Amino acid sequence: MASLIGSYSLFFGLGCSFLILFFSFKNLRDSTNFDNKLLYFTFLQLLFVIVSFLGLIISFVNSDFSNSTVFNHSHTTKPLFYKISGTWGNHEGSLLLWLLVLTLFIFLFLISSKKQPKKYRVLTLLFQQIIIIGFLIFLIQTSNPFAYIYPVPIEGLGLNPILQDPALAIHPPILYLGYVGSSIIFSSVLAASSTNYVSKEWAKHIKQWILISWIFLTLGILLGSIWAYYELGWGGFWFWDPVENVSLMPWLALTTLFHCVLVLEKKLLLTSWVVILSIATFTLSMSGTFLVRSGILNSVHTFANDPERGLYILIFLFTLIFLSLFVFFFLHKTDEKNTNSFFWLSKETSILINNWFMMYFLAVVLIGTIYPIFLDVLSSQKISVGPPFYHKLIIPFLIPFLLAMAIGPKLKWIKSDLQNKFYLFSLLAISLLLSFLIIRILEISFLVNTILFTSAFYLFFITLRDFFIKGFKNLAQNTAHFGFSLLILSILFNNFLSTEVITNLKIGETYKSNELSINFEKIEKKKRQNFETIIGKFNVKSDNELVEILNPELRVYNQPNIVTSEADIKTNLWSDKFMTMNLVQNQEYFNIRYQIKPFMIWIWFSVIIISFGGFFSFFKKKYEN
Amino acid sequence: MKTKILLTLTAISFLFIFFIFYEGLNRSNIYTPDNVSNEKVPLFKVKVFDTDNEIISKEIFKNDIYYVFNIWASWCIPCRDEHPFLMELKKNKKIEIIGLNYKDKVKNAKNFLYELSNPYSLILSDTDGTIAIEWGAYGVPETFLIYNGNIIKKIIGPLNNNFFKEIEVIVK
Repeated sequence: MASLIGSYSLFFGLGCSFLILFFSFKNLRDSTNFDNKLLYFTFLQLLFVIVSFLGLIISFVNSDFSNSTVFNHSHTTKPLFYKISGTWGNHEGSLLLWLLVLTLFIFLFLISSKKQPKKYRVLTLLFQQIIIIGFLIFLIQTSNPFAYIYPVPIEGLGLNPILQDPALAIHPPILYLGYVGSSIIFSSVLAASSTNYVSKEWAKHIKQWILISWIFLTLGILLGSIWAYYELGWGGFWFWDPVENVSLMPWLALTTLFHCVLVLEKKLLLTSWVVILSIATFTLSMSGTFLVRSGILNSVHTFANDPERGLYILIFLFTLIFLSLFVFFFLHKTDEKNTNSFFWLSKETSILINNWFMMYFLAVVLIGTIYPIFLDVLSSQKISVGPPFYHKLIIPFLIPFLLAMAIGPKLKWIKSDLQNKFYLFSLLAISLLLSFLIIRILEISFLVNTILFTSAFYLFFITLRDFFIKGFKNLAQNTAHFGFSLLILSILFNNFLSTEVITNLKIGETYKSNELSINFEKIEKKKRQNFETIIGKFNVKSDNELVEILNPELRVYNQPNIVTSEADIKTNLWSDKFMTMNLVQNQEYFNIRYQIKPFMIWIWFSVIIISFGGFFSFFKKKYEN
Repeated sequence: MKTKILLTLTAISFLFIFFIFYEGLNRSNIYTPDNVSNEKVPLFKVKVFDTDNEIISKEIFKNDIYYVFNIWASWCIPCRDEHPFLMELKKNKKIEIIGLNYKDKVKNAKNFLYELSNPYSLILSDTDGTIAIEWGAYGVPETFLIYNGNIIKKIIGPLNNNFFKEIEVIVK
């Protein structure tokens, strides 16, 4: 029943789209005021999508296996929480969520943009509807979440156990708010270009939307990363997997876009940058969808491969690209007089420099992700691009990037000089000295490391100094940059100080090395709602003092029948102790992997600080007004 | 004029990307190597396991049959891990599994096979590890897929589900 209502709601939602299209054109032609009918229809459409989404959730909660999505991804013994989160843990449901965000955002946009010109609002709605129609047809045609099965199966196939996890339950909605939020920026920039409204006022208004997307995207990526860290059991937090890359690319574009919009708002410069980046951000999000959902790339996240779906998104994606090319080349008018008026030492120059660095990082990630496809098609060679590629190409360029991030905000708009900036040099000297000492202590003797540490510390000290000296002035920017320096430092320390022990142990055995001993005391078997678990008890000692008791788990899920290994992680402020165990086949031995990962929590924490920078910036305008 | 050239170039590059992605869609993303490889099976003379007979490599590998050449030892724990996959591969009629027993004691190796059962149709003995060097092996276990005297796939480390499927796909 719920499925049926949900299914019809989708069609009604599609109907609303066409009504909106019709009335938009009418409104553009006939009237000078915004037709409120459009707002009502948008609201109605949102309601239909919500009903449809609720319909799917109810089907999941009731385990209605006549619905093929529920049948394929749920099971009666699954806990209620994961029945609900299972709604978006699959291709069809996640697309419905995607659609929900699309309609929600355009509605919020319409009610919050009443002061904007009418033509611009209607056009934004129009472009957004094109995207919505595209997704609705895609959903109904190739991935209907309400497909019917007859005869009705008694039991479902179950949700992949590694998705049965709290972080992963909220990761997709948050990430989608970021991904799909960029659709508003896309529609808005097309509308603004067509009506020649790319101006300071527009920049001020779209900045808020950029921030919303950016904050959610940042947090979404963070959640995914945390999940991968403890669930996949490899002990890393970023693997340069294609799916991670496709979330990183819009993030890079969005971050750059935000900085450009600041310049646009203040100085009416970089308009073309803003337009192109706004288009690029959403296009990259869409390409991400294409790459992941079509199964063209091999990745840990790939849903079921289906070339038909891939073809549809591909055509839709390129329609949007060519539509934006048309708008950019034929309707968008650039103010030529404003270009080339950059003084070499100014805030906008430093932003421009960092833009180019960002574009470089983006290009590296983009090439690393799609180059294998190109090579395969053109020369039938299969390659896979791994972390060394990204590290080699990105790390050296982080150095000037960090330095520019530290110095840039100190400069003034238009023209600046370096008088009274003595502290800039003294802090650089301190950072250099500190890094040199650290490199000496850690006994890593690479020149590049010293400079990398120096630049990260430099940004760290400069932003830290600003907190004390300037207080709340520039708080948003300072917080975000401070967070970034902390992130780089934590990653560096984490990378250089991590240690690992891999060994095979049976119950009662003890592994000994110079630094520590691991005693495998016992295992316990327990039965849970939809899995059985084997919990190991390990005593880790260092210098005969008990450091930690760790209890990694092996879970045997009943449906689908999959064994997962749950890491046990003991976190404190300075380091994570991370342990996984795996069964060695036909043996009483267990494979034990014990890792000490310093500053792990600081990596997560610094990303949260970065996103706080976004929050501050978002609310800044509110209280200033 | 400048914008027109720019537009044409952009449009062409996007069309190119479209074409590549479109082609890419129709390709399988299971990573299988080319079936034509220049790497030949090395020439060697070897003792057959637990006998005094010697055999040369040309007598072992015949044309038109897929051979899985597996380097193993009883002391090697990952070899136990991969053992079930070898037993599965044994069921495939198009495949013959040749084992190279690496730096092992005959008694231990026999116990190993007795305990887990024997997937090999022929076992060769490499007591001093020199044959493995001929093959360019890094360690145990290591597995080679051979067809018409060519090594078409090399797997370093234990077989797992992915490799197993890959071999099935190649042989099919």
